[in-house]
Amino acid sequence: MSDKKKLESTFLNMFIVLTVISLVSAFAIGLAFYLTNDQAEKVKKEKFDNAVKSVVPDFDELEERREVEIDGDKLALYRAKKGGAVVGTAVETVSHKGFGGDVLLLVGFDGNGNIHNSSILSIKETPGLGSNMDTPKFKDQINGKNPDSFKLKVKKDGGDIDAITAATISSRAFSDAVSKAVRAYKSASAQ
Amino acid sequence: MSVLKEFTKGFIKENPTFVLLLGMCPTLGTTTSAINGMSMGLAATVVLICSNAVISLLKNVIPDKVRIPAFIVVIASFVTVVDLVMQAYLPDLYATLGLFIPLIVVNCIILGRAEAFASKNGVLPSIADGCGIGLGFTMSLTILGAIREILGSGSIFNFKVIPEDANGILLFVMPPGAFLALGLMIALVNHIKNRKKAAA
Repeated sequence: MSDKKKLESTFLNMFIVLTVISLVSAFAIGLAFYLTNDQAEKVKKEKFDNAVKSVVPDFDELEERREVEIDGDKLALYRAKKGGAVVGTAVETVSHKGFGGDVLLLVGFDGNGNIHNSSILSIKETPGLGSNMDTPKFKDQINGKNPDSFKLKVKKDGGDIDAITAATISSRAFSDAVSKAVRAYKSASAQ
Repeated sequence: MSVLKEFTKGFIKENPTFVLLLGMCPTLGTTTSAINGMSMGLAATVVLICSNAVISLLKNVIPDKVRIPAFIVVIASFVTVVDLVMQAYLPDLYATLGLFIPLIVVNCIILGRAEAFASKNGVLPSIADGCGIGLGFTMSLTILGAIREILGSGSIFNFKVIPEDANGILLFVMPPGAFLALGLMIALVNHIKNRKKAAA
């Protein structure tokens, strides 16, 4: 049944067939994008909103994003307000020192400038090693700490952070990202 | 050959991973856990079924000399659609597998089935072939993922089977573990096949 006449490989035939296939495909992809885009944006926003909610104290209004440049990276800050008073700040921060690429974190500060909580936005660290960054045991050790007295470096480097077993590089990246967030927070508060 | 036979051959006889040794890149890369392996397999299965169906429909209008570019365009389009849908509706899964989804385009299994089967057979057998090979691929990836997850993280489908404090053999979560587990599985499948041959 496969011996039915195939279209011959003339230049015109090849040209027409490939053009038609490409056009139809492009149309299908465009349609799929159109149909899924709203949902994708919603999911992204939801994920980010949840991350913000988890890192700063309870709030009812989030200020517009502001940007502060630290070490050549533009870090975004969001101030959270409740009843008009600032109750905390969420800082989107990044470190380029990760083992598998950039480490993206959201670090939240409470009204007193202490670290409230942090949330891992995106990491590409080794599964089972550096990926343990996203465990409460590791990342929650900075919660409630005052960044002026708590040294944001791993113990090996003379700081106060307990590194993840066998993942010192990832732990350093985490510390680096958090300390950049602290500097961004301070420079924004000083303004 | 019956449609049923086209479906079942993908599991053992022509299992893409353990027998044909196709699609090794996603096999080694995504099987860090059972759920990851299974999801990758299912995503590839969807693409495979769709591309097999479309290519078997188009087989008589595609001139021979441009068949490979035509197949690739069809496959790439389906992969992009799967990618977009996953991003929108399965964001968590997309976060773990994201990098590997676009790479389904260059998965030899899919182009291989298009070239070896769908371009020579009718729509129904091609769909059956896509289902069979795809699910065989999924099964293999799930087994590999499960082995690596049990040995490496001490859990299966994220369900802990060893005490919380105990560590697994980390090697199995990392790339060398993929090669070890794959090698052992291929040896096992070969052993079974040889025994069958000897018995016959």
